[in-house]
Amino acid sequence: MPGQSIGVVEAQRAHFEQPLALRSGGILPAYDLVYETYGTLNTAKSNAILVCHALSGHHHVAGYYADQPDNTGWWDNIIGPGRPLDTDKFFIVGLNNLGGCHGSTGPSTVNPATGKPWGADFPMVAVIDWVHAQARLADLLGIDSWAAVMGGSLGGMQALRWSITYPERVRNAIVIAAAPKLSAQNIAFNDVARQAILTDPDFHGGNYYEHNTRPVRGLRLARMLGHITYLSDDQMGEKFGRELRNSAFSFGFDVEFEVESYLRYQGDKFAGYFDANTYLLMTKALDYFDPSREDNGDLVATMARSKANFLIASFTTDWRFTPARSKEIVAALLANGRNVSYAEINLNFGHDSFLMDDAHYHGVVDAYLRNIKL
Amino acid sequence: MTHTLGRPDFELIAGWIEPGHRVLDLGCGDGTLLKHLIETRGVSGVGVEIDDTNILAAIKNGINVIQGNLERGLDEFADQAFDHVVLSRTLQTVRHTEGILREMLRVGREAVVSFPNFAYWKNLRAVLDGRMPVSEDLPYQWYDSPNVRFFTLRDFEDLCEKMGLIIKERHVLDEQGNIVENEVNFLGSLAVYRLTQNR
Repeated sequence: MPGQSIGVVEAQRAHFEQPLALRSGGILPAYDLVYETYGTLNTAKSNAILVCHALSGHHHVAGYYADQPDNTGWWDNIIGPGRPLDTDKFFIVGLNNLGGCHGSTGPSTVNPATGKPWGADFPMVAVIDWVHAQARLADLLGIDSWAAVMGGSLGGMQALRWSITYPERVRNAIVIAAAPKLSAQNIAFNDVARQAILTDPDFHGGNYYEHNTRPVRGLRLARMLGHITYLSDDQMGEKFGRELRNSAFSFGFDVEFEVESYLRYQGDKFAGYFDANTYLLMTKALDYFDPSREDNGDLVATMARSKANFLIASFTTDWRFTPARSKEIVAALLANGRNVSYAEINLNFGHDSFLMDDAHYHGVVDAYLRNIKL
Repeated sequence: MTHTLGRPDFELIAGWIEPGHRVLDLGCGDGTLLKHLIETRGVSGVGVEIDDTNILAAIKNGINVIQGNLERGLDEFADQAFDHVVLSRTLQTVRHTEGILREMLRVGREAVVSFPNFAYWKNLRAVLDGRMPVSEDLPYQWYDSPNVRFFTLRDFEDLCEKMGLIIKERHVLDEQGNIVENEVNFLGSLAVYRLTQNR
């Protein structure tokens, strides 16, 4: 895709004193959100796009930091001057969600009531809680209604939730590689990942910070498992096949196949920086997500509350959230006569396809965004 | 006769659709027909399209378009969600002929179907000359044709009768897009039908 990176960006922090009542019944008395913005909010404040992150994402969506030129945002390839989320036209906001581990209030930040990290005391957060917190950030930025709320995977679920909970504040929702709720298989994968963390002896019931340790082994396993589900079988076959690191079998349990080496590397890398409690919270937020629960499982009734126009996209090789799951959302929108377009994009990277720089995929997003009214 | 939409069947179809109607265009291409209907008739419309390039073009045209394969049915659409379901020059490319016709009348009050007539005299002459026909309405070579069903007006009307479909209206056009009144199965290159069924 043509266009350029936004270049140097800076993270910002907002503090909210107003308590937030959570879906789980808990209350966050006060909290911080870290966020970044790209482009300029127009005088009508009508050109703002919220980009919601997925399980392991954060506020650093695009560009890089002056002192960390290699630290590129996780969705940099779609944001910038001349890119689909064109910063010459739009004002783009990305944030780290509550419960995260990249600066917003979460299990690893200090609980003012105790002076210690929240740890196991951090309340369970749901997608709707994130959306309420994001709405307060929008208030702070003076944004009454988003030109678009957008995200992939768990980020797409936030866009969907926005359209249901704040129908007057979302003019377009771009929901990519998402689902209206998790399947039993999705939840099963998440639970194995959680079990890996919860049974790690270094977990200490979630209060590992005070033991000066981290459940690195559990988190590493969780990520390795998750990573397999984000890729496609074909892609793994093409990338690794049965390639061995050495030419002969060693008949042992050390790394032999290239795919083992790759997964262990990914697991180690992730376990090195991510917080295990955040991983637990994010996977639970995924499992609980089911807006149709408010309507006894009738997604058509739920989507009747939305007023936005929708772009829904899925990927042919995504077996975590298959095209059929996106089509459930499409069908519920069509049944309500909503404006919706749906693209089923042929990309080979499984669930992770939504992060890829593909001309057709980005072309679809670009074409959709060019037509929206500011 | 000039054809502002580039396709004479589009103008006939447009003439059947009233302001405010809900229209589903199956195989909508780049959305030209829907865009025209939205702009001139104020309809609300959705297209279905399988091809990536057309999906992109339809989104560029500001059309609601759903990527999908007609052979797999129209599951994402509710019963009687549309006033008109259009299948323009596409029926001959679909294997599940009866299936798609039934689906059209499940999701819509009326089906509008246009297709090339294989019994058009020029097509017959081509076959008599030992060649598969290539014409304005059958523009492909035999080896690159998306068409998998070759049928005539009479064949189609027999199928409608067998399926219990009611032909409300029929127009037949020659290669230039002019209306053909007589000997339609012989002189017509393209047929446009308006179908419904008893409910």
